[in-house]
Amino acid sequence: MATRALLTVPTAARRGDVITIRLLIQHSMETGYRTSSDGQRLQRDIIRRVECRFDGELVFAADTFAAIAANPYLAFSLLATRSGVLTATWSGDNGFAHTESAVLTVAA
Amino acid sequence: MAVDRRSTVIACFGTLLLRPALATPETMRSAINLFTQGRTPRDGRVTLEISPLVENGNAVPVGVSVQSAMTAVEHVQRIALFTSLNPQPEVAVFYLGPHNGAAVVATRMRLATSQTVVVLAVMNDGSVWQTRSDVLVTLAACVEGG
Repeated sequence: MATRALLTVPTAARRGDVITIRLLIQHSMETGYRTSSDGQRLQRDIIRRVECRFDGELVFAADTFAAIAANPYLAFSLLATRSGVLTATWSGDNGFAHTESAVLTVAA
Repeated sequence: MAVDRRSTVIACFGTLLLRPALATPETMRSAINLFTQGRTPRDGRVTLEISPLVENGNAVPVGVSVQSAMTAVEHVQRIALFTSLNPQPEVAVFYLGPHNGAAVVATRMRLATSQTVVVLAVMNDGSVWQTRSDVLVTLAACVEGG
């Protein structure tokens, strides 16, 4: 399944700024509580874990449950210290895992 | 059309039976207890931003911020969202640290019905802080067919 995601970092960050990182993932987050039109229960298919790393160091993680809306949106803050690569990884039901990266440029 | 008491009662029970199994405030309490590892949360320090009246329960924006300096000495370790009447009480658990600079997170959640949303924050000194908000939902998240 083609998965699309947007990992948004500020374009102009200065050292010492608290910046907002936003992650939007295209995913149905099927809860497992719904039934289809023919009465069959739709199998649960959700993202269970999201991790964000900055140059390999874990800076944010989330355990997500069925109560997170479809196409999950997550935003968190980050203290800008230096330029580097921010990587978001998400995994869940049916053993999938995807990654998205963004370059963070921090002015001195 | 005459509406007698019997048909009203039957209609009410019918609505109750059609609803999916929802969690109870008790299951939320036990889920919170598991998250806090038995520690009693105190009110304060946590701010929950959620609309008190929600038109569409399928995607409800929520924002959480915790008063904390977010230094190595004093910071928020975990933030969790719970609901009293969704099919399961857990919504999300966020893991933070001093590198976040501020304890601010946001997401979009589902609400199956009008209910209470509870947010808790665990600090690095072991203290637990909470706040809650009652939300009225006019169109619930589709839990049943659809």
